[in-house]
Amino acid sequence: MSLQNYSVTRSSKAARVAAVLGALCVILLISAPWWAGRAEMRLLGELFLYLALASLWNLMAGYAGLVSVGQQAFVGFGGYMLFALTMFGGLHPFAAIALAGVLGALVSVPVAVLIFRLRGAYFAIGTWVIAEVFRLGFAQVSALGGGSGSSLPMAIVKSLASKRDMREALSYWLALGAAVLVVTCVYLFLRSRQGLALTAIRDNELAAKSLGIDIWRTKFTVYVVTSALTAMIGALIFLQKLRISPDAAFSVNDWTAFVIFIVVIGGIGTIEGPIIGTLVFFALRETLADLGTIYLIVLGIVAIVVMLKAPKGIWGLIRTRFDLQLFPLGYRVIAPKDDKEA
Amino acid sequence: MVPPLFPSEDGMTAILRLDHLSKSFGAVTVADALSYEVAQGEALGVIGPNGAGKTSMFNLITGTFGPDNGRVFFDGKDITNMSAAKRSHAGIARSFQVPQPFSGMTVFENAMIAATQSAGLHGHEAERFCLEVLEQTELLPKANVLAGSLTLLERKRLEMTRALCAKPKLLLLDEIAGGLTEAECKFLVQTIKDIHASGVAIIWIEHVVHALMAVVDRLIVIDFGKKIAEGEPQKIMESPEVKEIYLGIEADA
Repeated sequence: MSLQNYSVTRSSKAARVAAVLGALCVILLISAPWWAGRAEMRLLGELFLYLALASLWNLMAGYAGLVSVGQQAFVGFGGYMLFALTMFGGLHPFAAIALAGVLGALVSVPVAVLIFRLRGAYFAIGTWVIAEVFRLGFAQVSALGGGSGSSLPMAIVKSLASKRDMREALSYWLALGAAVLVVTCVYLFLRSRQGLALTAIRDNELAAKSLGIDIWRTKFTVYVVTSALTAMIGALIFLQKLRISPDAAFSVNDWTAFVIFIVVIGGIGTIEGPIIGTLVFFALRETLADLGTIYLIVLGIVAIVVMLKAPKGIWGLIRTRFDLQLFPLGYRVIAPKDDKEA
Repeated sequence: MVPPLFPSEDGMTAILRLDHLSKSFGAVTVADALSYEVAQGEALGVIGPNGAGKTSMFNLITGTFGPDNGRVFFDGKDITNMSAAKRSHAGIARSFQVPQPFSGMTVFENAMIAATQSAGLHGHEAERFCLEVLEQTELLPKANVLAGSLTLLERKRLEMTRALCAKPKLLLLDEIAGGLTEAECKFLVQTIKDIHASGVAIIWIEHVVHALMAVVDRLIVIDFGKKIAEGEPQKIMESPEVKEIYLGIEADA
């Protein structure tokens, strides 16, 4: 047999179809302000931001093995940075969002050095403690309203756009843009050389180390980048809410528990997982929200059933059945046809 | 100061030198003032009873953990304080006794990790090289199979494939023939012979002695972390110390 006839591809028919459908979907969503009502747009905006948070948490926990239950630290930090930089720094909200990302990265460096000394469950608890420190810290800042929080002044809100419809559309597009950007970045990163290293770490740290992968540095990079982007998403979330308080900004339920639910239900350690998980989560929330506490009980039951019956999530179930990959990260070796028996 | 190069007894340059390596875990000593050299392109066999510290010796060479005392030199450099990842870049590759595949990735992707991360190859060049190695280790038909679903023999071949894709100067094989049938073992011996012939230095820990004897130039015996014998394979196997310690037979029996 001749090796020359073998080829390696990184694409597939399913992936090409998915890319076309995905692009059509994004175009349709961009046009939403012309056909959707205000309530639907708000809901979609929230969905996009959750998709971004879930994709980031999945990169960190599902690939780098950093199971943090404290990402609300960066959501809240980003939110507060938006308020502080626009109110006291006089920055335009867009500039404040970008700067919130930079500051989030800077803050995450000492946090990482500290909590990377912890492993497994201790790491998870450590991240939560850090998030509580952030919450208590920001509650002390009286200029930002202390424990009761503050609202974004109307002048700053109006600096986005003078008309309310335009503002709503802008904030919707920002959320959509953030989700597309995060999913695209995660995809391109995982497809790269560093992404291959990260996927190796996901599967086997011992082997990864002995094949030249610097585990600490790889995880550190993922943690800092994830935290920076999470802070930017946090800034976007509170630009939509227009009001911030320590309890809302650093809520472990809203910014971590729901996000973990989304990733686990959808399929941890896959790009498709968080997308499916977000859709399932919002479908459940919109149909059951009126039932009050029963809604949370149902979420819990769904989580338990999925973990028992499909530990790799809904996407894991689909993938084992159909050998499908919508985001082509892998490599396929194509053997020459006449050579099969060799 | 240690000179940069270490001429061995026969005048060849050593690729690896262990200098009085010691390591204990509490009361258990896994390396006890262990010293030896491996020449460029040499194949060294290592035998010893279970728990003698053979795999620990590999861990000390690859940097999985550091020694309590002593130094490791590789290719003329002191690598005692170097991380496992850097040692891999420098040219040390290993196969694990218990296979450690990246189970969620395909066989080809497993190979690609070694080629891109350790050997530093890029793009098309890395892909072609992986295909070549997979052909050599006869895993090419399984290239698109998830590593987690391979049989034991295939997992052992994958260990070998990954180590080769790292383009090593020194290859450490840890009981790679264990659990294989006679025919599989023969094929394996041939593959290792080919690798040896291409100039790669090999240290091979093995209980399947006849496989080992077919390849190695020299043999050392380890017990309780100590080197107790070293020399020409046939002579070592027949020496009374080996019969006593390794095979559990009294020397005078």
